[in-house]
Amino acid sequence: MLREDYEVVIGLEVHAELSTKTKIFCSCPTEFGAAPNTHTCPVCMAMPGALPVLNEKVVEYAVKAGLATNCSITKESKNDRKNYFYPDLPKSYQISQFDKPLCTNGRVDIEEDGKTKTIGITRIHIEEDAGKLNHNEFGSGSLVDLNRAGVPLIEIVSEPDMRSSKDAENYLRKIKSILEYIEVSDCKMQEGSLRADVNVSVRKKGAKEFGTRTEMKNMNSFRSIVRAIDYEAERQIEVIENGGKIDQETLRWDDVSGKTFSMRDKEDAQDYRYFPEPDLVAIRLSNEYIENIRKNLPELPESRKKRYLEEYKLTEKEAKMLTASKYMSNLFEEALKICGNAKAVSNWLLSDVSRILNEKEIEPDQIPFTAENLAKMIMLIEKGTISSAIGKKVLEELFENPKDPEKIIEEKGWIQISDEGAIKEVVMKILENNPQSIADFKAGKDRALGFLVGQAMKETKGKANPKMLNDMFLEELNK
Amino acid sequence: MDITKLTVHEIQEKLKSKELTITQITKAYVENIENKEKDVQAFITPLKKEALKQAEEIQKKVEKKEITNSLAGIPIGIKDNICTKGLKTTCASKMLENFVAPYDATVMEKINNENMINLGKLNMDEFAMGGSTEYSYFQKTRNPWDLNRVPGGSSGGSAAAVAANMVPWALGSDTGGSIRQPASFCGVVGLKPTYGLVSRYGLVAFASSLDQIGPITKDVQDSAILLNVIAGHDEKDTTSVKKEKIDYTKALKNDVKGLKIGIPKEYFGEGINAEVKQSLEEAIETYKKLGATVEEFSLNIADYALATYYIIACAEASSNLGRFDGIRYGYRAENYENLKELYRNSRSEGFGPEVKRRIILGTYVLSSGYYDAYYKKAQQVRTLVKEEFDKAFEKYDVLLTPTAPTVAFEIGTRSNNPLEMYLADICTVSVNIAGLPAISIPCGIDSQGMPIGMQLIGNKFQEETILNSAYTYEQNCRVRDVSKSDKMSH
Repeated sequence: MLREDYEVVIGLEVHAELSTKTKIFCSCPTEFGAAPNTHTCPVCMAMPGALPVLNEKVVEYAVKAGLATNCSITKESKNDRKNYFYPDLPKSYQISQFDKPLCTNGRVDIEEDGKTKTIGITRIHIEEDAGKLNHNEFGSGSLVDLNRAGVPLIEIVSEPDMRSSKDAENYLRKIKSILEYIEVSDCKMQEGSLRADVNVSVRKKGAKEFGTRTEMKNMNSFRSIVRAIDYEAERQIEVIENGGKIDQETLRWDDVSGKTFSMRDKEDAQDYRYFPEPDLVAIRLSNEYIENIRKNLPELPESRKKRYLEEYKLTEKEAKMLTASKYMSNLFEEALKICGNAKAVSNWLLSDVSRILNEKEIEPDQIPFTAENLAKMIMLIEKGTISSAIGKKVLEELFENPKDPEKIIEEKGWIQISDEGAIKEVVMKILENNPQSIADFKAGKDRALGFLVGQAMKETKGKANPKMLNDMFLEELNK
Repeated sequence: MDITKLTVHEIQEKLKSKELTITQITKAYVENIENKEKDVQAFITPLKKEALKQAEEIQKKVEKKEITNSLAGIPIGIKDNICTKGLKTTCASKMLENFVAPYDATVMEKINNENMINLGKLNMDEFAMGGSTEYSYFQKTRNPWDLNRVPGGSSGGSAAAVAANMVPWALGSDTGGSIRQPASFCGVVGLKPTYGLVSRYGLVAFASSLDQIGPITKDVQDSAILLNVIAGHDEKDTTSVKKEKIDYTKALKNDVKGLKIGIPKEYFGEGINAEVKQSLEEAIETYKKLGATVEEFSLNIADYALATYYIIACAEASSNLGRFDGIRYGYRAENYENLKELYRNSRSEGFGPEVKRRIILGTYVLSSGYYDAYYKKAQQVRTLVKEEFDKAFEKYDVLLTPTAPTVAFEIGTRSNNPLEMYLADICTVSVNIAGLPAISIPCGIDSQGMPIGMQLIGNKFQEETILNSAYTYEQNCRVRDVSKSDKMSH
């Protein structure tokens, strides 16, 4: 049998931290990065006698996410307790939702090679995040930080509708983009505010039954998710091809070795003993409440894309790429407001900026410079103060040391040479050193002009005004 | 005059008329604690010095008219499962032996706002699980009427302290009868409010859907006064209900003409002691004479209430007590090799046998494969119990039953037989399951001189009805006078 005879089946459980100001059951701040255990109170530390109070914003945000992913909203919902012991879980139960999640039966569309595919969403429910264990930071043992305990999460559970790691990546990007657009989560994967449990199984093409699945928990980068799925699918196929059986288990993905490992903790086959949370009353939502949220839903990527096609005459591909990230798209719109050149802003973002993001393996929301920086750089090119070659260098600099591009070119001495005398000097020097090129040009080889301009740019370290160079070479050559 | 025999409303009058001062009152109680505590052992953390100091401060403020409220300087005792900021809150458990609460329960904030004086934290069954206060990790509280007998439980320390005049009144908590049954055993008045009337914030949870804090007092008027203080919606407890504030003392009319009393016959059957039964029958006759109509009826579901109660209460407890894991506070075992052992050893060593029994039972009924047969079924029965009570309250204003099937039993006679111990709750648990208010008041003394309690159950938020019914009986029968004539043997 061959790899091609198998089909990979993937389902994702995406956890997104909601960007509410306060925690889900108390009024502690949700802010990331504070000193350990400073964002805590009797409720989120699970002091005896403390009681949870549901943050209404959490319900609102989850309903927003449900509506933006075409879910039905459950009008009578409730919270449940999921019981298990772990030091990062102070109550020894997580308040979650079991059989009546806030949102059910949704879907999102993903695109690959121009084809659209629908991924079903089984449910979206609200729950609280656990704290964090800091291992070995102060010698032996572990320390518990409960700042994150009680930060609100939504868990978005997909149907097993994905058939490749690319599908999974596209789906996760789509979810991330939607959550960013509706402003319910900042989706910072590097801070763990967006993470996914990945379920993978394989089956022979054409088979009706799903294969046994394995689960990889808490994955928080696109790259590891893709690698982990590819690895795990191959591993499962190999096991089956060798006559083995897949165990339903939780695996740990190791990014360094690029392999999955069994957690081998089956002694603890977890029984979470879910039951309704008696400390909280039922969540009842009126039609009016739901419709009001629907009415006020912000612009979603699809409609923004349409607007880019019509208003800015961008291509389908450009519009799609720009709108994929709300951050990128906002950067585009803000820079556009300042410099007025949609095509130029789009080009810079989609070529050089995206290339650098890829190289650095960072997400658009980690771009360190402002829309104003970018717009100014573009305007400097338009004015002829710098060449686009220098523009690229300015951009690199903006990633390292973001500041006003004018200051950058001043400090670096990158201002374009547009002085006729200076240009002429360079042109004469290059011509003198390259008699062969002159001969080639005269013999009709137009490429020789390009070579000469290139040499002149090299000589001026890219600072010469390329149009002036071009014109002056032509003038001299045609003399 | 023995100050400590006065009710709170009597003390209030004497404060108003300047016959007594706040310091005199507190002093009298502190002296009484010194005399009787060695026999009764009601306190886990007595606050004698602190109370005397506080009394002086409040006395001064009252003299300067900085404080004018009528409960200022009135002492109180607090069950040790109600969080008190800066003071130990032990739940009578080794697990929390040295636990100092970092915050005040909402009821404590209310008590403090009244400038009342906390005389101490009172003994109980560990984590409120038990009916005799014998399951306290620290000590066995004795019944002031007969020191060889239990005071009931779990609020046994609160009831015994009131009965022995060591505090004028106290707060208890009631999950399945833990205020009413010890009130009955100790010949005092115990009120379990409607679920949701009093905030549970800061009450260390036993069973969240059943727990309520309530007053244990010498008479019904005091019960109404203390309920006025503690009742009310709390933003920190979403299960507490938003309602207009009521002055419960206004409901005490000493008139039950036309009151419709239902007698559920299941509560007078097998297992109910003959003398208890007889005392209740006399009380029924009294109500008839006072102009109430009395009718026997059948509360069909009563037989299932006890089993339902123990499944729901233990299920919730198994989850609520998970936080006592030795990680952040409370007892941690000295010896452990890994995380699992840290949990196992801390909990094995920190919890007593009854708590463990209930955690195990609760974990079992929630386990996959058993959930439907036990927990889910119990919730369905709970709905039926509520419906039965709803039907009863279509016909009656109050239901009258014994509070407990027997009077207080002797120490050590039941603590090794959990099932027999659970039967002591048979008359009280269905009230918690249905979330109803109920009051226990003394209605007689048996041949051995032990008090008998009568339970009056009201419809949801009808505290006024049961308080008036209890008050009217009390005003016309004066059983309370018996307890007032200090029967404590030394």
